[in-house]
Amino acid sequence: MKMKSHLLPEFMIERDEERCDNCKVCVKQCPFGVHYYDEETGKVYSKEELCVGCQRCVVYCPRNALKVIPYPGHYRPNDYWHEEYIRDIKKQAETGGIILTSCGSARRAKVYWDHILLNASQVTNPSIDPLREPMELRTFLGRKPDRLEIELDENGDVEIKTELSPNLMIETPILFAGMSYGAISYNAFKSLAMAAKRFGTLFNTGEGGMPKDMREEFKDCAIVQCASGRFGVDPEYFNYSAAIEIKIGQGAKPGIGGHLPGEKVTATISSTRMIPEGTDAISPAPHHDIYSIEDLSMLIYALKEVTNYEKPVCVKIAAVHNVAAIASGMVRAGADIIAIDGFRGGTGATPKIMREHVGIPVELALAAVDQRLREEGIRNKCSIIVGGGIRCAADVVKAIALGADAVYIGTAALIALGCTMCQRCHTGKCAWGICTQDPELSKRLNPKVGAERAYNLLRAWSLEIKDVLGGMGINAIESLRGNRDHLRGIGLEEWELKVLGIKGAGE
Amino acid sequence: MVVRLRDPFMDWVRRIDEIINAVNFEGNTAKIDATGLTHKELNDLIRLCVEKGADKIILKNVCGQRYIGTRLYFPGKRVEIEIYGTPGNDLGMFMNGHRIVVHGNAQDGVGNTMNEGEIVVEGRAGDVVAMSMRGGRIFIRDDVGYRTAIHMKEYREKVPVLVIGGSSQDFLGEYMAGGVVLLLGLNSKKHRANYIGTGMHGGVIYIRGKVEPYQFGKEVGIVEMEEEDYRRVEGLVEDYLKFFRGKGVDEKLEVDEVMGEKFTKLVPVSKRPYGRIYTY
Amino acid sequence: MINRVSVTDGRVTKEIQACAVFGVMDRSGRRFDGKMIIEAMKNMRVRGNGLGGGFAVYGIYPEYKDYYALHVMFQDDDPDLKQEVDEFLYRNFDVVHDEEIPTNEEANVVDPPLFWRYFVMPQKKGEDKKLSDDDYVVKKVMYINTCIDNAYVFSSGKNMGVFKGVGFPEEIADFFMLESEYKGYIWTAHSRFPTNTPGWWGGAHPFCILDWTVVHNGEISSYGTNRRYLEMYGYYCTLYTDTEVIAYAVDLLMRKQGLPIEVVAKIFAPPMWDQIDRMDEKKRKFYTTLRMVYAPLLINGPFTVIIAHHGEMIGLTDRIRLRPITAGEKGDMLFVSSEEAAIRAVCPDLDRVWTPHGGEPVIGRLNDVKRVEKVVE
Repeated sequence: MKMKSHLLPEFMIERDEERCDNCKVCVKQCPFGVHYYDEETGKVYSKEELCVGCQRCVVYCPRNALKVIPYPGHYRPNDYWHEEYIRDIKKQAETGGIILTSCGSARRAKVYWDHILLNASQVTNPSIDPLREPMELRTFLGRKPDRLEIELDENGDVEIKTELSPNLMIETPILFAGMSYGAISYNAFKSLAMAAKRFGTLFNTGEGGMPKDMREEFKDCAIVQCASGRFGVDPEYFNYSAAIEIKIGQGAKPGIGGHLPGEKVTATISSTRMIPEGTDAISPAPHHDIYSIEDLSMLIYALKEVTNYEKPVCVKIAAVHNVAAIASGMVRAGADIIAIDGFRGGTGATPKIMREHVGIPVELALAAVDQRLREEGIRNKCSIIVGGGIRCAADVVKAIALGADAVYIGTAALIALGCTMCQRCHTGKCAWGICTQDPELSKRLNPKVGAERAYNLLRAWSLEIKDVLGGMGINAIESLRGNRDHLRGIGLEEWELKVLGIKGAGE
Repeated sequence: MVVRLRDPFMDWVRRIDEIINAVNFEGNTAKIDATGLTHKELNDLIRLCVEKGADKIILKNVCGQRYIGTRLYFPGKRVEIEIYGTPGNDLGMFMNGHRIVVHGNAQDGVGNTMNEGEIVVEGRAGDVVAMSMRGGRIFIRDDVGYRTAIHMKEYREKVPVLVIGGSSQDFLGEYMAGGVVLLLGLNSKKHRANYIGTGMHGGVIYIRGKVEPYQFGKEVGIVEMEEEDYRRVEGLVEDYLKFFRGKGVDEKLEVDEVMGEKFTKLVPVSKRPYGRIYTY
Repeated sequence: MINRVSVTDGRVTKEIQACAVFGVMDRSGRRFDGKMIIEAMKNMRVRGNGLGGGFAVYGIYPEYKDYYALHVMFQDDDPDLKQEVDEFLYRNFDVVHDEEIPTNEEANVVDPPLFWRYFVMPQKKGEDKKLSDDDYVVKKVMYINTCIDNAYVFSSGKNMGVFKGVGFPEEIADFFMLESEYKGYIWTAHSRFPTNTPGWWGGAHPFCILDWTVVHNGEISSYGTNRRYLEMYGYYCTLYTDTEVIAYAVDLLMRKQGLPIEVVAKIFAPPMWDQIDRMDEKKRKFYTTLRMVYAPLLINGPFTVIIAHHGEMIGLTDRIRLRPITAGEKGDMLFVSSEEAAIRAVCPDLDRVWTPHGGEPVIGRLNDVKRVEKVVE
């Protein structure tokens, strides 16, 4: 039944009439049909109720004539019934469905990164000059042995007798998180692959498989994902990779599978994922062959078999309540790397209720997992990668000090490519050409330019990390890993300090 | 809990009249026996001698006393100090125009932020030799340690000079902003220093002997030696031989033999090496 | 199994200090008195601040040389405390002899704790029978240090001992009468400038586990990382000083895992990646593997350490040589010192004086021990 919508617009468009010369660039740029040209009056008008606030028209207007601002109209202020709750109920009343959204959780909740402060060395210990003295960020991900057995022969040459598990070598502790080809456009996907290859780190294919034409070129810097939907999974896929990641869950929607709306399943997606065009690709909630921890062990070793034990196997989980115990189980099941995705992790499409209410902050999850693995004496059996809302190089440093080996950046990488977090990825109408399969929109992102932006981001953050490390008197990232003495908490309660394993500032 | 404050620099210092017998004046030359003297006591006596008109001071049995030559800020005055033994750290720190000769090895910080003067060491020296040096000359006969000539500076005609007869360890000329460093490598070991000239943005380093490009920091480049460079280096080699021939360096070693080896000249490639690192 | 949560909830404070170190060894095994090292430390007096000094000596108990000599410090005057420790030791060890460590009442030290020494042999029961003697001793020492408050075992090797406390090194030497009472073939010493725990006798160097001793000049900025890795192997840091991790790391790597010091030096102070990338295939693989596996034991921050155990004395600096070290040699005597002048003060005429590159150890070995000349490099 068609009914009148009671929803207020979310954004308003202010057009400076003096500056605007009706060139229609905004009409062309907006995929949501907000701006339109009236032939009769010869002017451009805007339908603000369709605006999602992506700021594309503002950036591209040649006369800087546009301003997109939050809609100034309000319901009566109410600290309990926020605008958003009111709006969501009205939407559901009009549609009867689950509210879908994208990106990472936007709710107000304590951001632990902002309550952790870093140390600097003074007087008793020199800070090290990162501009002039060597500063090392090289990281190895994978299983490490408890000890090295070596043999010295008469010439003084050293032979290593211990058998080593395969490890990944990356030049900076930052990797691109799993964002599937399908959720993002081919050009965006390729941009990240190119930037990762150039910098010496890795990107993750997400659960959409790896397009055949990219396999040869990018196989050494790709982590390929094996998710519950098993999209695009064939033996060649596994062998053209640097590592394999089993996706059990993700921070944005713990407990349920990936969701690719039918609008985004185009011909090429169909071919890569091996599903019919136009159908919704909704991954099953669990892997249907993993109903318990021993099943996970079976899948991990199956993957090791299919790749001749040459590649490390990573298992990605969302940060939930008993994440420490889960992680311990995973390591004992054979995982070489554990990836923990906090509730701020992004996604191309998710039910809003999952995004906002399920999962725990990755800072606490990381601290708990790292501590638990050490208590059990098995921390060196796996590397830990954390993701889920890493916003700046300081977050990376804090994550490593809490115990991570490396971080995954997803949202940050897309913002580097052009994303403005309008949370409309699930519509497939990304104005920046990132989260869309529409060929016209995809063209807006040139992979060469995108790769340059993503590479610059890695470079800038790596330089910042080196600066901070030098300030702490450390010249190799391995000396920061798990070194919580260099962190202090501010504005945290006793239990929070205890879970994080850090002292309060001043202590 | 109250914990007493002990000051190892000041607590055992005796008054001048208690230690004056360590000094022996002969004309304008003063001889001081440094046995058992703390560094403050020794420097008290040295200053006293200069105030009393000595222009040459001979120190015997020096063993670890620091800051020799620092407390002698008498503009216009120039004394010569001869040291027998091993002077302590920061020899000639902030020194302003005197001459020190060490008949033995020196430790860390020789010529630290030195302003003017000359230091000659008949032996080796430790780390951060000529750190932040602003003027004057230092000659070390043998090897030096880490971060030699770090942040050395110059201004117009005020150009400090450091000559090292042996080899140096890592970070030679780090963040150098000016001055001249000459590394002779006479003990013919291959140069092992790494990160030479890292952060350099002024001055020049001359290295005699074999050295590979991977040993240099990102901010230096090799350029051709010119006439002027050869003249300058030769002059310094002459002085080096004058100071050390027969005192640890072969009597028969000639300037030509030294100059016969290949020299590499290092200069900074940019005045602003960190321009591309910051975003404004 | 020690309840780890109560021992370290992950938030242990660490001491910071800067200081002087000195070591002397007679490689022929000849034992000599403490005069030389006391003079050397006096020469470097300005590097400390009189709030910590200590010595390690090897070869001092020839008549008990097969027994573990436990030096115990009792912080409290409480007689119950000594009784508790005595009972524990008598239950777990065969105590051949015990006595108060002789001290000089007139020495210039304030508030010394009670010092006792026990010569013991392990007496293993039940599960513990599976442990080697050394592992057993480590376990029991860790127990006393973590679970019995105010009592610390600060020396636990055979035929060697640590003597340390609050005062200048020469004052501590005077207190323990080191010059007259003891003769050894390796002496190491330390002078401290503490800031965090200035009045605590337990915080001085050397740190000791079994016969491994470490004196350290500098600050370990990777302390948190190193400590948490060692905790996985049963070593608990209880003496609030970062040097502890080096002593335990050396016990783990050299005693338990049997790695030679040349390799251990490269674990603590490995070469930079840009140097490793330039090496030949074999060396590159070795160093890459070493760094990858032992990353949590890279000792970051400035350090000069002198590590000693029976038969070897090793001087080592961090890989970018932020702390000084000078080595000297005359005949069988090997000296390692923070400053050259200290060596000259006791041995003015030396055959050779040198300073190694960062991360390259100076190794003194007893002459009759076969050595591996060129292991790595």
